[in-house]
Amino acid sequence: MLGSAGAALGAAALLDPTSAGAADDGTGQVPEPGHGGGVNGPTFRVGETVDHVANGFQPTEILRDFDYGKVSTAADGRTVREWEVLATDRDIEVAPGVRFPAWTFNSRIPGPTLRCREGDLLRVRFVNNSAHPHTMHFHGIHPAEMDGVPLVGRGVILPGESFTYTFDAEPFGLHLYHCHVGPLAEHIARGMYGTFIVDPPADRPPADEMVMVMHGFNTTFDGEGNQLYAVNGIPFHYMHEPIQVRRGELVRIYLVNILEYDPINSFHLHGNFFDYYPTGTRLEPSEFTDTVIQAQGQRGICEVRFPYPGRYMFHAHKTEFADLGWMGFFEVSDG
Amino acid sequence: MSTDAKLSAPAVDRPAAPARLPVWTLSIVAVLVAAAALIGLAVLGGQSLPERNGPPVEELAVERTVLRPQVIELTVRNTGPDPVQIAQVFVNDAFVGVTGGTQPIGRLDTATLRLDYPWQDGQPYLVSMLTSTGVVVEHEIPAAVLTPSPGSVLGLMALLGTYVGIIPVALGMFVLPLLRRVSPTVVRVLLALTVGLLGYLALDGGLEALELGGASSGAYGGPALVLLGSALAFLALTLVDRLLRGRRQRAASAGASGLRLAMMIAIGIGLHNLGEGLAIGSAYAVGELALGAFLVIGFALHNTTEGIAIVAPLAKDRPSLVQLGGLGLIAGAPAIAGAMLGAAVNSSELSAFLLGVGVGAIAQVIVQIAPALRGRAGQLLNPTAIGGITAGVLIMYVTGLLVAA
Repeated sequence: MLGSAGAALGAAALLDPTSAGAADDGTGQVPEPGHGGGVNGPTFRVGETVDHVANGFQPTEILRDFDYGKVSTAADGRTVREWEVLATDRDIEVAPGVRFPAWTFNSRIPGPTLRCREGDLLRVRFVNNSAHPHTMHFHGIHPAEMDGVPLVGRGVILPGESFTYTFDAEPFGLHLYHCHVGPLAEHIARGMYGTFIVDPPADRPPADEMVMVMHGFNTTFDGEGNQLYAVNGIPFHYMHEPIQVRRGELVRIYLVNILEYDPINSFHLHGNFFDYYPTGTRLEPSEFTDTVIQAQGQRGICEVRFPYPGRYMFHAHKTEFADLGWMGFFEVSDG
Repeated sequence: MSTDAKLSAPAVDRPAAPARLPVWTLSIVAVLVAAAALIGLAVLGGQSLPERNGPPVEELAVERTVLRPQVIELTVRNTGPDPVQIAQVFVNDAFVGVTGGTQPIGRLDTATLRLDYPWQDGQPYLVSMLTSTGVVVEHEIPAAVLTPSPGSVLGLMALLGTYVGIIPVALGMFVLPLLRRVSPTVVRVLLALTVGLLGYLALDGGLEALELGGASSGAYGGPALVLLGSALAFLALTLVDRLLRGRRQRAASAGASGLRLAMMIAIGIGLHNLGEGLAIGSAYAVGELALGAFLVIGFALHNTTEGIAIVAPLAKDRPSLVQLGGLGLIAGAPAIAGAMLGAAVNSSELSAFLLGVGVGAIAQVIVQIAPALRGRAGQLLNPTAIGGITAGVLIMYVTGLLVAA
């Protein structure tokens, strides 16, 4: 009985062209977490992913992880936000089986997304637990001694030392912070960067908000381009774990480019168009598009609604970067 | 053993000498002492030195590239001192699905990587292997062509070897009847011409061998392999010559001298053609060789001169057709074997080594011919010889230009 049933199943499998070899013929569904391969596009070794637990961070969580700091109110009624940010040296698995000796803020790449409102008083206590000298240099409007560059104000923060950067949150918009110690390109490329969001006095419309930091890994340390490109730390991550969004809901992407060793980066969204707010410093969009280019340090806010369900790719339209890891999927559902 | 007996005999006769240990005992003691010293050095000396500074040294050499539809297959050898783990691979700046090579590759071990990549015919590709430490090892495929399966090209390689090896050599040997009617001076000129031809072949093969050796991974010596091949071939052919001379003396036949020389030349040229065939086969296998009429004609003209070189010492002999055929096969047939081997194995180390063997063989043959160049005054480099050698070098240079490979 069993034998004949097995034989019948085998025969059915032989006759059904879609069942046999569907996993490897390139057209069928590849078991998760695989993607790509051959004509289906770039991929790491099929089925391999990095160990997020060992890395200590998960790009899917970084996406919507906004750190508002420890909030208190000053005597004059101003909101005061305080953070402690630690510089650490960590080996990170940046691609399956590839170790990258990173320098990080709070042991993750990108560093924490610090978020506040325009006019807040900010105190960022920076503790250098790394073996190398570092600083935190914020983009924004602040006094020279809070700029976090060598030889100005406190200057370089040596290993074991700490310093509290204190400044007002202005102007509203989408900014970033990064280490500013020489050799600068290496200090940034090793992983010392993060997003700094200053919300406008009145909230932007409610939305499903997320951060995307575009960056790369120059694993050979030759300063000639990068071997891996990513958003939020791990190349191809959102190919394995598509970003889940709801149909019709406003999605707001805080898009930052901190890629080193390549002059530009770009962001392209499939099957849709978005409003683009360069640097997020105005409340009116400058462009309705599906592709934007950002140079090093440039950033902007993308607002989009997905009218149809399904999977929509997003990637650098500098295709080489996409092929080397900077690509992912949105998965739109009716939830 | 007989030498030992002779050496030890006087020691025994010496009256005052104390009782001596036998030679074999001394040998064993010497080996044991050396082994103990080496073990001690490995244990203690290794600990007294610091570990190497810096990151692991990761060196990989791609020994074989096979292109099949949608697949690039690389056989990679670790030629560095430390294990290497190939984590990911990208081709022309796009990561590709890889199977194989999931374990670290130990020193001198190999791994085979199969890349899932839709390559296009004739296009160049740069394969970049990203190791676990982030090092990138690149391998260039100058022009992608479908790799023929070894079985399917063996017939083709046999034909090619016949075209560029046997037929030209046989054609060259057809000048023999002409040689018999010319004066001894003309024969001397022809022998000098042969020296020129062979000298050029040695130089040409040597340069090619060094180039191949330099391009190889170097794990097995690279250019040193060429010198090794040359030296071994020179010594081996010298030994063959001594044996042939011994037979000639027993036969006491003056006529055998020319045949012996012809045989030596044929062997030397044969060894050269083995290396040359190997290079041709390898080049074809990786798609770097167009098997056009031009190649065949070029090699034919080039190698016809080799046939002349073989029969040049036979002007005064009466070799049988079988002997002549044998000489032709000795010189030409290795091209077939070489081409087949080259198409199947495609190893730059082996090509370099065998081309080196050809160089050593030819050098030995030149040494053999040289005495026959002496003129009446007994000078080696007399005007006749110089003229012949120069002509030989020029002929090879010009016909070599016809080989566009």
